Amino acid sequence: MTTTTTREASADGTQFIAAVPARPFGLVRHSLVMARRSLIKTMRTPEQLLDVTLQPIIFIVLFVYLLGGAIAGSRHDYLQFLLPALMVQNVLFASAPTGVSLNTDIKTGVFDRFRSLPIGRSAPLIGGVLGDMIRFVVSIVVMIGFGYILGFRIGTSWLEVIARCLLVMFMAFCFSWMFVLLGMIVREPGAVQGLGFVIMFPLTFGTNVLVPTNTLPGWLQAWVNVNPVADAMQAARGLMVGHSPVFEPVMKTLAWSVAILLVFAPLAVRAYRRKA
Amino acid sequence: MSFAFQATGLVKRFGKTTALAGVDLAAEPGTVLGVLGPNGAGKTTAVRILATLLRPDEGRAVVGGYDVVRQPAAVRRISGLTGQFASVDEDLTGTENLVLIGQLLDLRAKEAKVRAAQLLAEFDLTEAANRPAKTYSGGMRRRLDLAASLVGRPAVVYLDEPTTGLDPAKREDVWNMVRSQVQEGTTVLLTTQYLEEADALADNISVINHGKVIAHGTPAQLKHIVGGQTISVRPADPAHLDTVATILAAVSGNEPESHGRGVLSVPVSDDSAMTAVVRRLDEAGISVIELSLHLPSLDEVFFTLTRERQEVAA
Repeated sequence: MTTTTTREASADGTQFIAAVPARPFGLVRHSLVMARRSLIKTMRTPEQLLDVTLQPIIFIVLFVYLLGGAIAGSRHDYLQFLLPALMVQNVLFASAPTGVSLNTDIKTGVFDRFRSLPIGRSAPLIGGVLGDMIRFVVSIVVMIGFGYILGFRIGTSWLEVIARCLLVMFMAFCFSWMFVLLGMIVREPGAVQGLGFVIMFPLTFGTNVLVPTNTLPGWLQAWVNVNPVADAMQAARGLMVGHSPVFEPVMKTLAWSVAILLVFAPLAVRAYRRKA
Repeated sequence: MSFAFQATGLVKRFGKTTALAGVDLAAEPGTVLGVLGPNGAGKTTAVRILATLLRPDEGRAVVGGYDVVRQPAAVRRISGLTGQFASVDEDLTGTENLVLIGQLLDLRAKEAKVRAAQLLAEFDLTEAANRPAKTYSGGMRRRLDLAASLVGRPAVVYLDEPTTGLDPAKREDVWNMVRSQVQEGTTVLLTTQYLEEADALADNISVINHGKVIAHGTPAQLKHIVGGQTISVRPADPAHLDTVATILAAVSGNEPESHGRGVLSVPVSDDSAMTAVVRRLDEAGISVIELSLHLPSLDEVFFTLTRERQEVAA
């Protein structure tokens, strides 16, 4: 143990010396420790993962078998069209519950203890967001796996598919901060969830996730053209199925994600600080 | 240094409510300060300011030489907090809870595990170490909570109503743990609604009500402020009760009360009353089987103090 200096006053006799000295890179280490906490909690209550396991399967079945024939004429063609974009939607959906759980979390005594520890104010939030990224991974694995069983086939290389998965996870990571902010300023977890849906529906359904953009009415096309999620879906299709340009939608997705991160992460941390 | 922590003139308002209206609190290193008061008196607010969870609107607080507003990180590093509500993570096991805190306090993973095992043993939780905290009983949770605030071997520990809701036996357990910490040199601030608890643990007590300290002193001093000590005498031979009554009346100037079991008691205000009674009993050749001087309970102290306040206000 290195903790021997406990309760001794410093040389000038005016200040206590901490028993455990600080180590460098605190924010990174503390955030990872908090991420691990969140991971352990998720593993202990796997029912929290229903929205990234059962829900995407229901969505795929619903859209492919109920609508696929009518929309595309061929279920296989529709699955190829739908799945890459639906994966974007599900991963983004999966970013909202972080706000809900942090909202619940900060009201408990545990967060009082975190606040009384010498750690960066943002560490519990960063940790919460990082830990919840496991949900994105689960969503991606479930959707590719289930899609594969139904006959989805990758039209590009695994490298591109991995790049696409990382892109979408990064995007969802950035979007999480919107919901962390909501979780900090809204009083009830239920309200955070409700607002999450209000934000997520136009963002993810107001795209060409289900049907090509040119079948939409003009005003909706205008929205789809500026909606960053539509870019991400475009990028996802290009990277998984091919036959479409990739560079521009990828860049747009990255730019939007970074912008959202830069705006909402500081706001969320500030809101959390105010709560303390 | 003279004080492990010192708060002067703390004022905190929440909207129109004034939680603290100029509170001074201080404790010398290695002592226990009991902060005693009813619900809503401002105890928790004061603790939260000292633990850097709240900023005071006015006044200043220094912990271990560090200012809570200007050097909060340093304060957090040398102090530990056990809040009023269980501040352990229900989903994590006892070990995981303590290791988590250890790592957040910059212990290396291995050190954090060693420290966790050590504290779990100390707090009699080794058997429950690998069970999620939500399966713990109330008393176990409190112990884990206390252990969590001690992971970093803090010089100053804040315990906000650490025994609220515990049965008397469990309360005694917590008291013993507090005592052993103090023996190791920790300075403790303990808030409580139980006068008995402050009496049992605290070197000094600050009584606080409506955001103000209404009295401060050692438990004995506080009892003294209220005065009204009582002498009780039980003569060996009940036939001497009349003589004893005369003696007590002569010394105290008050009429002794009989409690019907051969005991007489009388309130006294003079410190030398006890010796006078002893001397006169001896002169009269009366042997006694019980002779005692009771200080009033802290309940009475508190009651008297708050009533005085209210009268002043009215």
